[in-house]
Amino acid sequence: MLNVPDSGGHFGPYGGRYVPEVLMSPLDELEQAYHAARADESFQAELADLLKNYAGRPTPLFHAERLSRKLGGGKIYFKREDLLHTGAHKINNALGQALLARRMGKKRIIAETGAGQHGVATATACALLGLQCRVYMGEEDMRRQRLNVFRMRLCGAEVVGVTNGSRTLKDAISEAMRDWVTNVNTTYYLLGSALGAHPYPLMVRDFHRCIGEEARQQLLEREGRLPTMAIACVGGGSNAIGLFHAFIGDASVQLIGVEAGGRGKKTGDHAARFSGGAPGVLHGAYSYLLQNEDGQVALTHSISAGLDYALIGPEHAHLHDLGRAEYVDCDDATALAAAVELSRMEGLIPAMESSHAVAEAIRRAPMTAPDDILLVNLSGRGDKDIDIYRENLKELDSDSPQPAF
Amino acid sequence: MAALERGGADIVELGVPFSDPIADGPVIMRASERALAAGTTVEKVLETARQIREHSSIPIVLFTYLNPVMRYGFERLARRAKEVGIDGFLLTDLSVEEAAGFVSAVRAEGLDTVFLVAPTSTDRRLELVAQYCSGFVYVVSRTGVTGVQQQVSSSVRPLVERLRHFTQLPLGVGFGIANADQAAEVGSVADGVVVGSAFVRAIETTPPDQLFDTMERMARDLKQGALRGRG
Ligand SMILES: Cc1ncc(COP(=O)(O)O)c(C=O)c1O
Repeated sequence: MLNVPDSGGHFGPYGGRYVPEVLMSPLDELEQAYHAARADESFQAELADLLKNYAGRPTPLFHAERLSRKLGGGKIYFKREDLLHTGAHKINNALGQALLARRMGKKRIIAETGAGQHGVATATACALLGLQCRVYMGEEDMRRQRLNVFRMRLCGAEVVGVTNGSRTLKDAISEAMRDWVTNVNTTYYLLGSALGAHPYPLMVRDFHRCIGEEARQQLLEREGRLPTMAIACVGGGSNAIGLFHAFIGDASVQLIGVEAGGRGKKTGDHAARFSGGAPGVLHGAYSYLLQNEDGQVALTHSISAGLDYALIGPEHAHLHDLGRAEYVDCDDATALAAAVELSRMEGLIPAMESSHAVAEAIRRAPMTAPDDILLVNLSGRGDKDIDIYRENLKELDSDSPQPAF
Repeated sequence: MAALERGGADIVELGVPFSDPIADGPVIMRASERALAAGTTVEKVLETARQIREHSSIPIVLFTYLNPVMRYGFERLARRAKEVGIDGFLLTDLSVEEAAGFVSAVRAEGLDTVFLVAPTSTDRRLELVAQYCSGFVYVVSRTGVTGVQQQVSSSVRPLVERLRHFTQLPLGVGFGIANADQAAEVGSVADGVVVGSAFVRAIETTPPDQLFDTMERMARDLKQGALRGRG
């Protein structure tokens, strides 16, 4: 289970490299450069220094006592990726890949973004390292994550709105790939989730492995034992695989991924790839894909832009089929309610994506025993989602707000 | 189709649209959207091929992205393609590394598999890709998505020359070629010229009553250009 991917980037049958020939040699080069960087102490030292002194690692592990007590089960711990610079786990990967790009001599960086967190992280890393940066973003996502568009521009990045298809993450990745196919000799594609052609799922996972490694260590120090379960939301799957990886070999730890249940079970209304999809190929990888009977990629919906994508990262497909991880979904309304609950009980306003994981913890906690531990990845903070919260919680946004309690 | 054949086309590509055509520029993206909106499926394209076969023997290559074909099933598609008279396949996003299952299904029916090489392909890759090809090898003229351009890329000649070391198959050069002069330039090094976006754009912009004449004239110009290039 830990011996994946193989040399071709396969996680069991999933993953691989399904791209036009133009990209095959560049992906070979990227793979070689990545392996060389990984083995290079000076690269690792520079990344470790940036993660610590720029991004803010290690992130704290917070015991949510009030919430745990109210729910009446085990202890809920939050891994505080929301405290990282730029507000989400995405910076771990953006810094790693930006350093790799610089090492490869690439001066032009392109990226896609859904919620805008990966775009902001990339724009930030590029500003830090003096690299040129262009971010593709679906126009629907630009509308709902307005604040992040501005942050990217403030850091000197160019944000290109994508008007094709559903105008969300899927279309932004397609457009970034078109740019990459065209400018592959000069450009580094800084992909933001555990998706795409090999070596991206491997590389992105490795850059986020610190999440689970730190949390494991922190729990052992604080509680002297491992968690009963580890819970994370799954868009492409980067924060989840980053959390899970340190625990895959610990058979007692349940791994739970939470997909976007959206507004219903109908195709087009959600992004629950395991319950609603079938294996297929999109953007370079073979994995569970929401598609119609003709093999056309289905539209998706989620209140959270970062979970609104038709394919799940290939390593998750592998863990799913092996039965090592379990995947559930959480609908828009439940995620929203969980965000409100966490804000009121602990003063933590989560990102809409992370709220899906929080909701699953809230659902499970009452069924657990007092000595159980629920480890939840709080992948990002909710600043970017304030407009969505305002839209959905109008009673708090009036001149005479309803009292919360 | 008949107009293209009258104009001198030697092979036609029949496309199945895909929702996320990452290797295509705006012209083919728009065409894909129109085709999907009109309900085009693998099954319907097979039916089109069958109709063409009723009155023409022009070789037909089915080209698309992998997912619609994977969903349809490799064996099932190869069998049906054989029945309706399709000659070969070209899947833009299927790398030869992942192609074993597809190639064996298609070859079992005696049909051809065309793969692409690109200016970024190393010699090692040219050799590998050539081994997976039958019928012809598709040479992508430049890095980039499909779409017409002003000039034939300077990458074409060295790429074709490198590739000749590894294969005896005919080489067809495509991506960006739109007029007779460009066809002549390509014709001077390669065996064939592949034209996509220029025709698709003509279909998009030409009034229906002039379309067939326009297509025939374009095909004739391109063919003459290519032959002139061969000298
Ligand atoms: C805070 C946050 N969490 C989670 C995600 C989902 O991505 P992934 O599944 O790659 O962690 C995003 C994506 O934008 C995000 O911003």
